[in-house]
Parts: sequence; C-alpha cells; structure tokens
Amino acid sequence: MKDQYLFLIALLLLVAGCTQTPLNNPYPAKETTENILYSSFSERPKHLDPALSYSSNEIVFTAQIYETPFQYHYLKRPYTLIPLAAETVPKPIYLDKINHPLPENAPAEEVAFSLYEIKIMPHIQYQPHPAFSNIYHNMTGEQLDKINQLADFKETSSRELTANDFIYEIKRLVHPKLSSPIAGFMSEYIVGLKELSETLKQAAAQSPSTFLDLRKYPLSGVEEVDRYTYRIKIVGKYPQFLYWLAMPFFAPIPWEADLFYSQKGLIDKNITLDWYPIGTGPYMLTVNNPNRQMVMVKNPNFHGENYPKDGEEEDKPAGLLANAGLPMPFIDKAIYSLEKEDIPVWNKFLQGYYDASGIGSDSFDQAIRIGATGNVDLSDEMKEKGIRLITGTSPTTYYLGFNMLDPIVGGFSDSARKLRQAVAIAIDQEESIAIFQNGRGVAMQGPIPPGIFGYQEGRNGINPEVYDWVNEKPQRKSIQEAKTILAEAGYPAGREAKSGTPLILYFDTPGSSGPDDKAHFDWLRKQFAKIDLQLVIRNTDYNRFQDKMQKGTAQMFQWGWHADYPDPENFLFLLYGGNAKVGKGGENATNYVNPAFDRLFDQMRNMENGPERQEVIDKMVAIFKQDLPWATGFHPKVFGLYHNWYANIKPNHIAYNTLKYVRLDPQIRATSRTQWNRPIWWPVFVLSGILATGIVPAVILYRRREKGKLQ
Amino acid sequence: MIAPMTAYILRRLLYTFPILVGINLLTFTLFFVVNTPNDMARLHLGVKRVTPEAIDKWKREHGYNKPLLVNRQEEGKRKFTETIFFDKSVSLFLFDFGHADDGRDIGRDIQERMGPSLAIAVPELIVGLLINITAAMGLTLFRATYIDYWGVVIAVAMMSISFLFYIIGGQFLISKLLHLVPISGFDEGVMMVKFLILPTIIGLLYGVGSGTRWYRTLFLEEIGKDYVRTARAKGLSEVIVLFRHVLRNAAIPILTGVVVLLPLLFLGALLTESFFGIPGLGSYTIDAINSQDFGIVRAMVFLGSALYIVGLILTDIMYAWADPRVRLGG
Repeated sequence: MKDQYLFLIALLLLVAGCTQTPLNNPYPAKETTENILYSSFSERPKHLDPALSYSSNEIVFTAQIYETPFQYHYLKRPYTLIPLAAETVPKPIYLDKINHPLPENAPAEEVAFSLYEIKIMPHIQYQPHPAFSNIYHNMTGEQLDKINQLADFKETSSRELTANDFIYEIKRLVHPKLSSPIAGFMSEYIVGLKELSETLKQAAAQSPSTFLDLRKYPLSGVEEVDRYTYRIKIVGKYPQFLYWLAMPFFAPIPWEADLFYSQKGLIDKNITLDWYPIGTGPYMLTVNNPNRQMVMVKNPNFHGENYPKDGEEEDKPAGLLANAGLPMPFIDKAIYSLEKEDIPVWNKFLQGYYDASGIGSDSFDQAIRIGATGNVDLSDEMKEKGIRLITGTSPTTYYLGFNMLDPIVGGFSDSARKLRQAVAIAIDQEESIAIFQNGRGVAMQGPIPPGIFGYQEGRNGINPEVYDWVNEKPQRKSIQEAKTILAEAGYPAGREAKSGTPLILYFDTPGSSGPDDKAHFDWLRKQFAKIDLQLVIRNTDYNRFQDKMQKGTAQMFQWGWHADYPDPENFLFLLYGGNAKVGKGGENATNYVNPAFDRLFDQMRNMENGPERQEVIDKMVAIFKQDLPWATGFHPKVFGLYHNWYANIKPNHIAYNTLKYVRLDPQIRATSRTQWNRPIWWPVFVLSGILATGIVPAVILYRRREKGKLQ
Repeated sequence: MIAPMTAYILRRLLYTFPILVGINLLTFTLFFVVNTPNDMARLHLGVKRVTPEAIDKWKREHGYNKPLLVNRQEEGKRKFTETIFFDKSVSLFLFDFGHADDGRDIGRDIQERMGPSLAIAVPELIVGLLINITAAMGLTLFRATYIDYWGVVIAVAMMSISFLFYIIGGQFLISKLLHLVPISGFDEGVMMVKFLILPTIIGLLYGVGSGTRWYRTLFLEEIGKDYVRTARAKGLSEVIVLFRHVLRNAAIPILTGVVVLLPLLFLGALLTESFFGIPGLGSYTIDAINSQDFGIVRAMVFLGSALYIVGLILTDIMYAWADPRVRLGG
C-alpha cells in the first residue's frame, strides 16, 4: 500500500516537472501562447467616466476605450497633435465682439471669441453594448433583479458615432450629478457652459430621480453643423484649447449611455458609466473588478487605424517603424491585475509574468549598473534575460517652493530675494538626485522641463543666480558665495544682523515618518546647516498640509506638476498671479505675483510656437530666475524595463492611448517563461527528510520510556 | 416562558445596540477630527484644478454639506436628524452600508471580498489548529526532555520573527527560487488553490510558534490533575492519556478561543492580502482610510464591532455547551 502511495506521489511530481506550464504561472495554461499583454495596477481606478476621470491610473484604461477628436503622434517629437476621431486638426476662426471674423494674426486683445469647427470621420461605430438596445432602456424591477453584471445582458447593439455625441459629453461636464474636475475651468472658456450649469441644476432639482436628458438643453457655445460636424465657441484666444480636445474629457458619450445607466436597479449594483465605459476606441473593457482584475479586449467594431509611417530619425534604426502602415491594434487582450506591493510585481516581471516594469528604489541596484563616467547600463542579470532599458525625461517639475506671502522668505525685498538665493545655492540638488532618485533626474534650471517648447539647454538655460558655467557645464556656486549672499540679505552666519538671533526656517511637508522621508529631511537640514541656517521640519498629515497651502501659512514646501499638455503655458501658469493659491484657489502654490511676469504671460499664452514666443518665454524665465520663488527642483527621468518579446515601445509622457501601438511575441514569451521557471524540488525532499529524521529520536525516546514503565 | 439561554441571547443582543451606537459615534468623531468634508472632497477630486465650487458640489452630491452632529439652523428633532451623523448612521443598523465615495455599493464590495478572505483564513485556522495541537501534544509528551526544551526554543524563535519576514522570505524561497507556486494573485474556483498554498503555508509557519506554546501551556496545566493520574494508574499509555483524556479536558479553552475568532475571519488579513494580491477585506479598510472614504470606514468598523460581539456571544454559548457546570442566565 505504502509503495502505491509513493508511486502516485512520484508520478504527480514527474507530471508537474514535465508540464509545459510552469507551476508558478499565475495565469491559466490556455493563455500561454495567446496574444495577451499582462500588466498591473496598484490603486483601483475611481472613475472611468471621461467627464470625471483625471488620474493617471484611470487614463491607462479610458485612453484605450474612448477616442477624442485629436491625439498625439506616437513617434514624433516635440509632441504633435494629429486627428483621431476628427478628420483634421482645425485652425480656429477668431471673432470680434459682434461675431465678425478677424484675420488669423489678429492681436489677442481684439479676439472676443475663437471658433473651432471639428469634422469627425463618418462610419465610426461604438463598441457592442446593451445600452444601444432599446429593450434595456426602461427595464422593470423584475428584469433588473436578474442582472448582476453587464455580461448578464443577452443582447448588445451599436450605432454610428455622430457629432452630437461630442456635444453631449461637453454638456455632461456640468451635469449636476457629476463632479467634473474641469467644469469650473471650462465654464470660463466655453460660451454658455456656466449658464447651462445653472439650468441643469434647476432641472435636476425639479425631478431629481429621473433621467436628465441633456439633449433638451441647448449649449449656446456648442452647436451641431451636420451629422459629422460640430462647432465650439470659446471666450477669447486660447490656442491650448486644442490640447484639451485630446483629453478624455472631450470624448464622445452617446445619450443612450446616460439613459441606460440611470436605471436605479443598475446603479445599486455598481453598473454605471463610471465602471463600464462605452467607447469607439481599439479596446473595450470586459471585466471590471478593481478589487482584482481589469480586462480589455479588442473592440470588434473598431474603425481601424494604421501604425504611423513616419517618425524621428532614430526611430527606424530602433525598429520603431518595422510595423509602419500595418493595421492596429496588435494585441488581442490586456489583463491588468491588482498588485498592492512592489516586490511581487518586480519578481513576476523577472519571471516573465509581466511584460514591462518600472524600477523601484529597492530593485535599482539589481537592475541597473552605473559606470565610472555616470553612464547607465543594465546589470548582467537583466542582459541575460534580454531585458531592454528605455529611458526618458518626464515633462514634470518637482520643486522646493517659497511661500511668497511669508514675511521672511517671501516678497520682493532685496533681503528676501538674497535669502532665497542663498538657500537655492546651498541645496545641492544634484546630490539629492544621486542619493534619493538613484540619479534618475535632471536638476531644474527653470520652470519648463526638457521636451517642452521654451526649454533652453546649455549656457543660456542655466540659472545664473545659482550656477556658473564652467568647463561647458553648469556648476553650482560655492557655499562661501552663498554665505556672502546670506550676509548681504541681513543674516551673517545665519543670524539676524540686528538682534543676533539665529534665523530658523520651516519646511512644511505631508511626508510620512518612514525611513526614506527621515533620510531626506535629515539631508535637507544639513543643506541649510551648510550656510548656518536652522531648518525645522513641520511634518503634518495631508489634510493639514493642504489647509496650510490654501491659507498661505506654509513657509517652504515641496510641490510638483506634470504636464496636462505639451505647452510652456502649462508650466508658466504655475507662476501667474491670477492663479495664486491664496484667495484664488489656483495652482500657483508659491503665491508668486509679479506684474511684469504676468504681463508677459498674458502675451505668451496666445502666441504660436516660434522665435517670438521663445523670446517672451526667455524674458519670463529670466524674471523667475531673478525672483527665485522656487529654490530648486528636478525633472524626473523615467526608467522602463521591457522584455525582448515586447516591441514598438517609445516612451510618451503626454499621451496615454499607446496600447494600440505595441506588439508582443507570445511564443518567445512562453519559451522564456518555461526556461526561467523550471520547478526545483530537491530542497523540498531534503527538508522532508530532515523533518522525518528529526522524528526518529523522539520515537526512540518514547518507546524507551514506555518500556521503562512496563519494567 | 422563554428558555434561560434564549433570554440570555436576547439580552446580549439588546446590549449590542448601545455599544454599536457608541462605536459608531466614536468612529464618526475620530474620522472627522482628522478629515473635514472639504479635505475629503479635495482628495477625491484630485490635486489638479480643484475649485471651491467643485468642492461644494461634491459635498452636496455625497451628503457632506450638512453640519456634522448638530444642525443649529433647524428646529426640534431636525436639529439632530438633519446632520451628517444621522444620515450616515441610521442605515447601518439595517445593514445597509450605502455607497463608497466612488459610487460603488459597499455591501456588494464586502460580499465579494469576504470570499477571498475566508478562502485563506479557514484553511489556515483548521490546519493551524491541527498542527499546533499536535506539536503541543508532542512537546507535552516529551516534557522536561531536550526535545521539549528545543521545541520551546524553536517556537519562541518562530514567534519572534516578523510576519513580513515570513512573507518576503517565503515568496523569495518558494516562488522565486524554487518556482513551485505563483508569487501572488488570485483566481476563482479550483484555480484558486494554487494561489492559496503559499499564503497558507506562511500563515501556518507564523502561527505555529505562538500556537504551540499556548496549547502546550494548556496541556501542561491539565497533565498534573487527578484524572490524569487515575488514567495512568489504569495502565494507559501516555499517548492515549494525552489524546483521549487531556485533549478532551483542554478542549474548553481551545474551543472558546477559536469560536471568538470565527466571525473575525471574515475581516481578512491586511499584510497577507496586500503582498499576495488577494482581493479580501483586509486591505479594504486601510485603502478606505488612505482615500478618506468615510462610507467604507464606518461600514467596516461597524461590521467588525458587530462580528466581535457575535463572537463573544457565541463563545458564551459554546462555553455553556461544552461545560455542563456553566449556566447562562441570571
């Protein structure tokens, strides 16, 4: 009998050892050679309704499902707008106060309105969805009881995309039951949106529980020209508006979606547009279980789009044009699994179960080798697996800001400005990047990050208040110089010249008390100590910190901004007086108000990119460098690791609808997974043997004792 | 005439009500001391371009535009009913948990997440009990020998190591080096098993030290009693004495200790679920605290309290059932 058991166990182990699917494969065996992309998400998306969604973890999904009028070219840099659902990228028509057309080069102050006429492509179909079946528009309680998920609807249908669907979504931005993050901002631009908001509020108050049919409420600034054309009228001249039309806020939504999802029985079961999007894009969401997994599959009704035929010079040798002109998307399905911790994600990537990965600080040394000259290379372990490293600088700026309303560090007095300059010199940003970012960052010279028009490289780009140009590269001014400037500011040796009391500065942060934060704060204190200043870290929770920022009671703080769109206006507006955090609730966290800067900003925001605009930007950046409302900062470098079966990767930090461009070789992946994950059984047998051997002395001892009792 | 046991249960259930109201009030106060409705709105709407109008609108939509506990603008009982506390609390007692700030039905989320939590907790509890009791019996059998001594040393060592170490070490050894099970993930049906092996083994390893020591103490207390001496005098072997007599008498504290845990198994384990990507209830509360979702926080605290009270009542009942000397009532 014992022999039979042993044989059975041995057979099982043999079968397990010989199977083509590794034992640690977290996916079903039948998926092994399927054309599926595997990725992860750490935080469940809150909104997939394009009127609400504004987070990077949501746009990963919405950008593949919804199609906006425009998109960014996948390969071209600088980022270039091209049509997506639209036929062309339109030129705005400028109008005066009485709606008479103005010439293209009309000065901004004469332009009362800008008119955008957008013509969309015909024959674009929505994904199959029950919302398009009339039979599901007014379901009875009994019918609704049988529905627990969207897949329970037996019938689906579709219809053609029309211009009205784009208009419908613009109206949804001010729907009284939706809190669109851009409603307030867009109401300032789109003619009639503010009035529509009030009208809808009253309509909803009169019959709160019924479906609010937005088609019945006209929006004066947005009109349908014909089935495939619509016009948007905005206040004044705002060239950046086209970029907004490449964001999911302006994706089309069919009115049927709102009607279908307004049924209470569905809302009670979490079946809403926020969880089950309806789009025309290359993919559609088929599984939405943010507690575990989100699955997107190819939209069978997708109108088709071809891989770009042109790109940058280096794209062809990099193989990025190998699929030029081929129909997209290339991947059949994308599965995103919830992973709360970094360690499992990293290990699964190394085992081949995720196709791409970022590099956490814990795994940096395992993945990257930095040469003596500072060059970045992959470690041997990564190279052996054929993993590729692709890097890029993100259009993001993280900065240490001064509250310009603060009586000590703020304001425009010579003393305050020199104090800020001394601090800016003392904080060694390059060291911070080396220690805390593993070298993954570019020290800030101005508010505009690399890759965005207006960014200046080389000697012209450095901040002369903080750096000198030595040996063809920027060199931070010496600490001695900073001390001298500090003395000129009225704080010799870090003490007030008149009273002799030490100057204490405060850094407000919502940071945790974790080891990384502690190390960073200790480092920051040392930077201030270099010029004999005392720094006190005021570590509060997130809410208190936000409260201080709103009220302008913080003194110094760290803040950041990631580009919404690739235009310098999207960074320089962070320093515009009209956007001050205090009093205006804007994004100018330092509350920096300089009339000269503001005047140039008003001029620059309406200009086309070109030498004239560059000149204005240079003047603005020069004012910024002189005033130094931001002491220091950096633009992060993004390091991405990709397996050799994953192709057509070009980092794009502005566009998110990139899933359609990438392709996989599932066969190579399957072979690699098998090779890398062969089960190793001998330690299990050895451990079992040790345990079994350990029992023997116990049995002997027990028998001896029992025998002794009998005797 | 109601049986004493039924009367006892009814009385305990009635006591539950004020306890739950108190816990709810405490949760409410603590939550809103740290998070104001404005903070909640700001966090929910994101960090970019949030206007005061958007904050007001969010509060109105989510029912956070009323005063917290007392509405001084209202008269009579409306002073207390037209408040956030009243709005958000009454439905709880009907086990209607309402919706999370992102619109999801909390009751459905809890139902969905309870399954995965139980899938880990139940096998861990049952297998853990068997292993711990067997190991404790073994040590008791060899009490005062080098086996007992080294067994206790190993148990103390095992219980002194952080759970996080077991998780990371286990994932590294069993999944990364030996490639025997997936490092994390979850699936439904039979496919679930391969994802449960590693977290269950790790949970068992972590619990075996403290469990063995605890049961060993119970058995050692019993082993010196008269009935054990009588059993030995009858000539029974030590194994039979332990497994037939000592185990049966030690069953009361074991049983009561286990029963109190049963309802809490539904609540899941935070670290295990986070590291193994198991969509249970363990991480649900922490995620809600991080995202300042009061709806989920109050629902989970309420559920936890209610289940704990149920556990205590069950323990009392089990105690009376297992030990005829214990009578409930009075």
